[in-house]
Amino acid sequence: MSTAISISELGKRYLIGAQRERADNLRDAITNAATAPVRRLRHAGSSSGHVNELWALRDVNLDVEAGQVLGVIGRNGAGKSTLLKILSRITQPTEGRIVINGRVGSLLEVGTGFHQELSGRENIYLNGAILGMTRAEIGRKFDDIVEFSEIAGFLETPVKRYSTGMFVRLAFAVAAHLEPEILLVDEVLSVGDLAFQRKCLGQMEEIAGSGRTVVFVSHNMVAVRGLCSRVVEIQAGHVVADGPPDDTVNSYIASQSATGGAVLHLPRPLGKPEELVITAVRVVDERGGTEGPFHSSRPLGVEIDIDVARENEAYQVGFDLLSTDGHVLRSWHTDGPPDAWPPIGTGRSTLRCVIPAGLLNQGRYAVAPRADVYRSYWVVNGDDAIWFEVVKDHLESPFSLTANPGTLAPLLDWSAAEADCPTGSADSGSAVSRPSA
Amino acid sequence: MATDARSTQREQPPTLVIEPPRGWARLGGRELWQYRELLYFLTWRNILVRYKQAVLGVLWAVLNPVITMLVFTVLFNKILGVDSGSGHVPYAVFTFAGLLPWNLFALSLSSAGTSLVGNANLITKVYFPRLVIPSSSVLGTLPDFLIGFGVLAVLMAVYQVVPTWHVVFLPFFVLLALVTALGVSLWLSALYVLYRDVQHVIPFLVQLWFFLTPVFYPTSEIPSGWASVIYNLNPMTGVVGGFRWALLGQQPPGTLFWLSAAMSLLVFVAGLFYFRRMERIFADVV
Repeated sequence: MSTAISISELGKRYLIGAQRERADNLRDAITNAATAPVRRLRHAGSSSGHVNELWALRDVNLDVEAGQVLGVIGRNGAGKSTLLKILSRITQPTEGRIVINGRVGSLLEVGTGFHQELSGRENIYLNGAILGMTRAEIGRKFDDIVEFSEIAGFLETPVKRYSTGMFVRLAFAVAAHLEPEILLVDEVLSVGDLAFQRKCLGQMEEIAGSGRTVVFVSHNMVAVRGLCSRVVEIQAGHVVADGPPDDTVNSYIASQSATGGAVLHLPRPLGKPEELVITAVRVVDERGGTEGPFHSSRPLGVEIDIDVARENEAYQVGFDLLSTDGHVLRSWHTDGPPDAWPPIGTGRSTLRCVIPAGLLNQGRYAVAPRADVYRSYWVVNGDDAIWFEVVKDHLESPFSLTANPGTLAPLLDWSAAEADCPTGSADSGSAVSRPSA
Repeated sequence: MATDARSTQREQPPTLVIEPPRGWARLGGRELWQYRELLYFLTWRNILVRYKQAVLGVLWAVLNPVITMLVFTVLFNKILGVDSGSGHVPYAVFTFAGLLPWNLFALSLSSAGTSLVGNANLITKVYFPRLVIPSSSVLGTLPDFLIGFGVLAVLMAVYQVVPTWHVVFLPFFVLLALVTALGVSLWLSALYVLYRDVQHVIPFLVQLWFFLTPVFYPTSEIPSGWASVIYNLNPMTGVVGGFRWALLGQQPPGTLFWLSAAMSLLVFVAGLFYFRRMERIFADVV
């Protein structure tokens, strides 16, 4: 097989102090320019004492075969996106060399270049051109794009009148019709509603299945597992794991839980400082302990610390509960019956939610905090998760000696069937927890 | 066109090498040519958006130069006694013919100068030659120019001013105006990414530059000798002077015109190199 992408000794350095100084003040720049113009322009040879160096990537060596679907995973700030930006030539490397064989298309965001004032039709052409399609190519695919987006009735409406869902569907529809030989995709599936996410995943699967080379950066472990033929993990700018999807994803999840404990240590608060941020997330036992492992026979608390800058009664805070392999088991939000909404005022507060005893089977689970403005947009989009371990210590049956498979473990009652016994709602639960011994 | 895209796919896959930049960048004209459709679409977007957001829309392209011309005619011609410098050309036509290339230049500076920062979302998310952005802003001023040109034609008909055969050179001077506008815009837009001060500089610069350009007064007002040489270091002097010569037959371009035209080219070429050089860090800094 031929090599589609060959990366050797790649490194990218950011000079944090220097940038701020350069961007802000012409007066200082003129003074600097008078004294050391060469240093200022080249960044080279600057004494590192003055400037903070940050190597977003260092010593990255990676060969991607043609037709391979490479998943790139890692924590926020590990360097995944920087790698993608260098591959798509948005930013330039500081050292190293990359050779790419084939036409490259990159999708780092859906809807790049969409203009609010323009109509859906106009935006399809504009966005297509920005993503690298020719006018003829867009014309040929126009009908497919419209069909995929499901907005046929609103083609002549300015995009500013679209709902968020419509906007995302249209934007993704254009992007999904890119046909480069090498496709670079950043986390773009975390947008839109669930049905549309599935559709996008389907489209991605089609792309991956059609022999195209794909580099896919994602936090969605299910998508990574399902789509990729090989997965690398990046940690602090280095490739730390490389192999089959299951191996890399499992070791990544294991390392997350080992280092994370049950307190989510956030390097910086998640969200929008001008609206709402999540500053910490804890999984706690009844006595408030975060050490774990947690017992399945006891209730678990999920605590989310928030800091609200601007009051908005449409805020919702919640979390996704993920299984070991990254599937979302369920999302819970503060959007139950209105009289049960916790007050979310300005300033710091802690929201608490109880996962009842006996719900979870033994295993490793994650809580990924989310926050949004109701029906508008995400403030925190569930990309970061804390992992915790649950030990099964409640028994369905005195006869079951081995661990039962599955993720749910509530105790369900059995009785002899009667004519009016409700069956529909108990189906899924009983299937999971039925004793196998 | 339809076969165009397919044939490029069938070709040997292009090989791309990404390495850290060294020294001065090449201009990358070939790549720019490959992205000509993006240039077209962004130009089209700039034009569309400008008119869609305004209540009066395209009418502004007529109102702006007409009102300015009326004010100049009353103020400079009737009150201060400035005239067109040649008897057969009425002042209104004279100043309007000067305003057209000037407005092209001024509008380019204000829209292209801030264009990179205004399109920061594109720069940080998609690759394409960054030259496309200021270029599309400059080209986006052409419809205003053409509409204004239509008004000028009406004005000339009303005043019964007949263009000379020099009019065949008119496209050249329009091109020179575009090159000058783009040259200055390249500098401003790249500098604006690095220094936000530039947004305060642009209106000021446009205003000062206006007085140094023969829009409301003829070049014959400038004393000959060194003053005239220095005056022609302004690239817009040649553009406006040449435009009037081609259309109205005033003051044929002499040696000093070529000085001014050379300045246009110098600003443009230097701007290109500076822009290409700074382009590497746009996405990191913007």
